[in-house]
Amino acid sequence: MSPWRRRLLFGIPLALAVAGGEGFYTILRRMQANNYDPHALPSPLIGKRPPAFSLPGVAGMQGFANTDIAAPRQPMLVNWFASWCVPCLQEAPMLAKLAASELAIWGIAYEDDPQALAQFLAQNGNPYQRLAADADGTTAINWGVYGVPETYFIDKTGIVRWRYAGALTDDVVDSVLNPLLTKYA
Amino acid sequence: MIPELGHFALACAVALAFAQGVVGIFGPGLRDARALHAAPVLTLSHFAAISLAFLALVWAGVVSDFTVENIADFSSSAVPLIYRITGVWGNHDGSILLWCLILSLCGSAVAVFGGGLPASLRSRVLGVLGLVSGGFLLFTLTVSDPFARLWPPPLEGAGVNPILQDPGLAFHPPVLYTGYVGFSVAFAFAIAALIEGRIDAAWGRWVRPWALLSWCFLTAGIALGSWWSYYTLGWGGYWFWDPVENAALLPWLTGTALLHCAIVVEKRESLKAWTVLLAIATFSLSLSGTFLVRSGILNSVHSFAAAPDQGLFILALLGLTIGGSLLLFAIRAPVLAATGIYAPISRESALVLNNIFLCAIAAVVFTGTLYPPFANLLFGIQLSVGAPFYNQTVLPLTAPIILAMGAGPLLAWKRADLLPALQRLWLAGAAALLVFLVLSATRHVIAALGLAGGAWVVIAALTDLAGRVRLFRVPLANSAARFFTLPRGTIGAAMGHIGFGVSVLGIAGMTLAVQKVVVLQPGQSTELGGYTWTLQDIHDAPGPNYSQRVADITVDGLTLHPSRRFFAAQHVITNDAAIHTNGFQDIYAVFADEPASGGAELRLNRHPMAPEIWFGGLIMALGGFVSLSDRRLRVGAPSRRRKPEGAVA
Amino acid sequence: MKRWLALLVLLPALALAQDMVTRDGVTLTPAQEARAENIGDQLRCLVCQNESIEDSNAKLAGQLRGIIRQQVVQGVPDQDIMNYMVQRYGIFVLLKPPVSPLTWLLYAMPVLALLLGGVAFFAARRGGAAPAPLTEAERARLDELL
Repeated sequence: MSPWRRRLLFGIPLALAVAGGEGFYTILRRMQANNYDPHALPSPLIGKRPPAFSLPGVAGMQGFANTDIAAPRQPMLVNWFASWCVPCLQEAPMLAKLAASELAIWGIAYEDDPQALAQFLAQNGNPYQRLAADADGTTAINWGVYGVPETYFIDKTGIVRWRYAGALTDDVVDSVLNPLLTKYA
Repeated sequence: MIPELGHFALACAVALAFAQGVVGIFGPGLRDARALHAAPVLTLSHFAAISLAFLALVWAGVVSDFTVENIADFSSSAVPLIYRITGVWGNHDGSILLWCLILSLCGSAVAVFGGGLPASLRSRVLGVLGLVSGGFLLFTLTVSDPFARLWPPPLEGAGVNPILQDPGLAFHPPVLYTGYVGFSVAFAFAIAALIEGRIDAAWGRWVRPWALLSWCFLTAGIALGSWWSYYTLGWGGYWFWDPVENAALLPWLTGTALLHCAIVVEKRESLKAWTVLLAIATFSLSLSGTFLVRSGILNSVHSFAAAPDQGLFILALLGLTIGGSLLLFAIRAPVLAATGIYAPISRESALVLNNIFLCAIAAVVFTGTLYPPFANLLFGIQLSVGAPFYNQTVLPLTAPIILAMGAGPLLAWKRADLLPALQRLWLAGAAALLVFLVLSATRHVIAALGLAGGAWVVIAALTDLAGRVRLFRVPLANSAARFFTLPRGTIGAAMGHIGFGVSVLGIAGMTLAVQKVVVLQPGQSTELGGYTWTLQDIHDAPGPNYSQRVADITVDGLTLHPSRRFFAAQHVITNDAAIHTNGFQDIYAVFADEPASGGAELRLNRHPMAPEIWFGGLIMALGGFVSLSDRRLRVGAPSRRRKPEGAVA
Repeated sequence: MKRWLALLVLLPALALAQDMVTRDGVTLTPAQEARAENIGDQLRCLVCQNESIEDSNAKLAGQLRGIIRQQVVQGVPDQDIMNYMVQRYGIFVLLKPPVSPLTWLLYAMPVLALLLGGVAFFAARRGGAAPAPLTEAERARLDELL
């Protein structure tokens, strides 16, 4: 085999390494821009309607069913949270801010105790227009919720367009939520 | 004060490492004796500097100096002394410093023990090590500084993660890192040889002990990690194909292939290209493993906090190291032409077969580990690749290796007759068949195959040894004498194979494990695995920084005390499994939960052959050390007396 | 009322008689439990993300184990139970990704790697140059030695 053909053959590992490197570089850049989180799961509900459910209200608020969010007049958020969840506590001011900006937020309390919930709302404010309780977690499983807090963005036609797992931060709101609100206004 | 000195020492280490790198690589070309011999001095100075830095950090941990941010974040004064020391490497910054320390130690070992190497080769090897060290030290100093200060200091540190407060886990990182980082020496040898443009039998002989030493530590490190997760995490498993576990397994696979290839280069000057590529690949995989875990790209239980910025820096280091070495490999391709020829049935061929399968397994594990991030990158789809996939694909590939391992050592170099070798292995074959038949009656086919395979390997290795001491063909005393004069390399190799066989037996036996999850009230019993397990009592037993509930269980005349510990500071609950072993079987009980209705929820297990998994690893590592003690492998001066060449090992 | 009492008394006896197992709030036969464990071993716990739901201590894992066992008792086939989970959590919940064009490379890798290894080996072996022919000076020296 001529030297140059040999070099080409031996260059294959290099080519593979370069390709791999390019890939990793892209992934890291996206992580920096918050466009990629290896621990986040895409929700199978995206592009579909929420599954059928009907949950009672709690803490003096009215509960709701899937029929109630089938055709909201404006895009809205459904926020899964719990009083025992630390990131939910951190998220509370952000939700208050969003609620004040005329964004409808309906909450579902996940496996929570009514009294603890009432105390949580008293201490952190109540950004929710409606608040339902999923005491045993069955509805959460049907939604594909795997932790709290989780926020679902539902457009005017009642289709889920985005799911965010974790506490909403300024970063996420600016880079993802606001563009969505504009897009589905 | 001391942390400041440590920080300064770290900065000195960076400078010295780069000096070592530049002088080491370019020194030999300058035709000046001083330049040629400067690298070892620089290497040792670099080691002194990084040691000071590391000791300074350990000191800060011991005295609980909370002005050092690392100590404040990851330690506390309530933690026992041993864990204040070992906790230094239980976090990202400290562990990178440990990595750099060990890398420098490897360089120093070459500087001190490499007297028998040609001066230019030694200088270039140290040079390559210096550049790699310099890169990582620079990363530590700039982006990942363990000496960052905190003012005013908090009153108390955040505490050591309870899971890390365990002797097994305290020593797992240093041993594992020595393995990972040790392969940098083989890598440096490969690069140095490519730069010089010469790979020959002498090079094969020089590189082998370094590769072997690293391999011993890597084997021990992986075995330790697996054993630790078995007895600590409480789910009775020992390997989950988690990305970080795969990151340790990959260099082990290519490292094993490298070891075997180096033998062929030394004996026959064949397989040069393959050996060099494996030397580059093994260290590259070690580096990539570091990168993947620390960057947050992979979804792993071991992941340190995701830090894309640090990830980019390491990616750049990887690009230079791996890209540069592979480029050199491609350019120097003509130098790596094979010069030896051998028949299709020969020891060379058996070794090549072994390598192809080891590398195929490595390729499968590599693909599986990287599939999720790349599928996400290219197609936006999040999928996961876990244990069921790997078990299905990797296990069948180990079968040819197991078969070849038995016959390989009995084949001659260059051209061998397979039939006589197989005839010598009649005992191994018969034993394997017997084991298979006995076990397949119980309908556990995988266990049957695995145990048969393990028996085959162990008895085949013993057959090889028996042949060499002419067992039963000469008086026993004679055989014993012959055994003690056998080259240690031969004994070591046999131990390596025996160890592997024993581990295979262990893994196969574990597939027969039985488990039961049951809620018992005190006084109640249950049956599992032929034993009666009785919960006697549940009581409190507080510890220094935790509260604890202990369940007393009697089984087969023993008492086990599995417990649950509540660490107040971190809101963490750990399950302390109770294990009893008789050397061939483990009885394993976990106190999973205390239900509100009273009693205890227990996970009870019977694990046949579990200890063998780690005995096997230990035997393999010991075998490697025995091999290393062989005089012929020492990187020393060539023997003064002329020995007749051509003796088959 | 008496019928209820009778049932209450009989149930434990029934359980003992068949050696029934209770796990995560569901009572089933050992064979059913084995099937449920097999299914659970193939599903990833989403909370810890690095254990199967059989091994995980997380509350959600326990709930999912309960659901699996309920469906097993009802006689739902394995594939349907897996689909139930995938419908809610996506294919990420499967520890072994489904075979599709996306994963052909992954599943073909063992065979592919062996083929590539074999090809690389033969290509490099054939490319091995025979030792370069002796030069005049070397030939002379050889004659001298022999």
